[in-house]
Amino acid sequence: MTSVSIRDLTLKFGSLEVLKSLNLDIDEGEFLVLLGPSGCGKSTLLNCIAGLLDISDGQIFIGGNNVTWSEPSERGIGMVFQSYALYPQMSVEGNLAFGLKNARMPKDEIAKRITRAAEVLQIEPLLQRKPAQLSGGQRQRVAIGRALVRDVDVFLFDEPLSNLDAKLRAELRVEIKRLHQRLKNTMIYVTHDQIEALTLADRIAIMRNGIIQQLDTPHEIYNRPVNLYVAGFMGSPGMNFIEGEISGAGDASFNVAATQIPLARYPFARADRPGKAIFGIRPEHVSCGAAAMEEPFSTDVEIEVVEPMGADTLVWAVLDGKEFRFRVDGQSPLQAGQTVRIGFDPAKASVFDAASELRL
Amino acid sequence: MANPISLSVTAAAIGTTRAELSGPRGARPKRAISPRNVFIYGTLLLVSVYYLLPLYVMIVTSLKGMPEIRLGNIFAPPVEVTFEPWVKAWATACTGLNCEGLSRGFWNSVRITVPSVVLSIAIASVNGYALANWRFKGADFFFTVLIFGAFIPYQVMLYPIVILLRELGLFGSLWGLVLVHSIFGMPILTLLFRNYFTSVPEELFKAARVDGAGFWGIYFKIMLPMSLPIFVVAMIIQITGVWNDFLFGVVYTKPDVYPMTVQLNNIVNSVQGVKEYNVNMAATIITGLVPLIVYFVSGKLFVRGIAAGAVKG
Repeated sequence: MTSVSIRDLTLKFGSLEVLKSLNLDIDEGEFLVLLGPSGCGKSTLLNCIAGLLDISDGQIFIGGNNVTWSEPSERGIGMVFQSYALYPQMSVEGNLAFGLKNARMPKDEIAKRITRAAEVLQIEPLLQRKPAQLSGGQRQRVAIGRALVRDVDVFLFDEPLSNLDAKLRAELRVEIKRLHQRLKNTMIYVTHDQIEALTLADRIAIMRNGIIQQLDTPHEIYNRPVNLYVAGFMGSPGMNFIEGEISGAGDASFNVAATQIPLARYPFARADRPGKAIFGIRPEHVSCGAAAMEEPFSTDVEIEVVEPMGADTLVWAVLDGKEFRFRVDGQSPLQAGQTVRIGFDPAKASVFDAASELRL
Repeated sequence: MANPISLSVTAAAIGTTRAELSGPRGARPKRAISPRNVFIYGTLLLVSVYYLLPLYVMIVTSLKGMPEIRLGNIFAPPVEVTFEPWVKAWATACTGLNCEGLSRGFWNSVRITVPSVVLSIAIASVNGYALANWRFKGADFFFTVLIFGAFIPYQVMLYPIVILLRELGLFGSLWGLVLVHSIFGMPILTLLFRNYFTSVPEELFKAARVDGAGFWGIYFKIMLPMSLPIFVVAMIIQITGVWNDFLFGVVYTKPDVYPMTVQLNNIVNSVQGVKEYNVNMAATIITGLVPLIVYFVSGKLFVRGIAAGAVKG
């Protein structure tokens, strides 16, 4: 069943169109991540869903109700902000109770809900403290608790982990995932961190300039990006892109100067074969040394720089005069200046039309 | 000194390691008298003397009797300390027809200042809150007009306001003056509150909206408890402004509701009889005491409030 549904949503600030006729359906219990660089409109979209921004055109449905003109508090949403946005003069308990008091809920019901939320988030010992006396992670927990006590259908997260340090972020990420598995609420989560997106999401919507580029499972987005932008945005280190030409209709191959990459195993999404194309392969899909010989395509490259990163090592090499990165095991003895055999399976690659930048 | 050679060898060995250790280490020593300190404290001293000297003369003069003043040594401390000028200034000095000193003016000023301050701050804080957080249509225009008002000289508006108050039936009354003060405090106070509320994180406001708080709910439960410093700043500005006002007081009130400043002027500038410098000085100090006390009591909050507003806006 659809939980949140957005129809032709348009938002203009003056003549600037921030969101352009956007459509989006989110299933009940789904964890959707809005991912994109800053300024792509992802937070704006979330604010529109929350009712904190008045939209210019379109409709928003939450839980089957048309909430396009409703106040934020009437929409059945809870929101968690990047800066926590806890009311500084109230205790943790006061923060949790504020929304319920505004809804004129009976006192014993408020107490019951706070107890339950505090238990879920393990903040019982903190209830009497002021936000200033809490650590960043604790504050964010309280902020989540504020959404939790309201017993809403939809949770909105606006980059909730961006203000935390790396270790805490990883911890809270898992906690949010656990929370979702336990509560089974619909969650919409805005982030610019692709690791957060990949680990948390049931589906990811990648946004750019107010338009959703691709809406799909993390696996599909990572392995079968629909266009060059998505391919380049996802993955760190990013995908290798090689410009060249496709030749041959049946057993097509991708040609760059002297190198020919056979595309027989590549699952083409479209029938047409434009001449100029861009071939993309992820660094982790490249094998090297003896394993490379067994791949459908292999070639020699010269190593320029080796970046050991602990668990694995990133190698910067030169392929036909172009930069080419691949990932090897952290124990690899490769060194700069060596020439090494690399290979990959074109079936794992992505090929894009050079003109339209769409997947072929 | 049995083995000088081996001793000198060890000394040399130690010397090499000590050379690294003997250099500057730890906190850099500070000299109490450096050109920088002399300049800073010298300037501070000079400026304080410049500003405090008149105050000193006032206090000293107010504690002298008239014969001592006639000697002409204005810097000399009083030989015989007397508080009679203070008592006279407060209770028996004559202004025009009545001779009850500044006390009546003092209470008039209190009756003018308190409602003016409360009214103007109450309105201006809501103005500032609405302008900062509820970006209603025409907010910028409204704000521009309001700020423009701050740049019009008061004298231009004196007579139109006289007519306005007359039509309202408030001319010559204490409430008329309260109204005028409240209106004239509006531009600067609204600006002050708007800038302060703008510096409050927007997400806090959004969170409160999601939590179902409305315009007044957010104002009273979220914004107000957070903004004590700026309220103190506004209070100081307004108390000082209203208390020290002379022009509006003399134009819009009648003698029996004259504020303290107008009465002070009438005491000091009376042309008949002997000029009682000691009484004048005492009266002036008494008049200036209220803003001074307000400032000393809440000075710390004042600085904090000003700084908080200055971060953003």
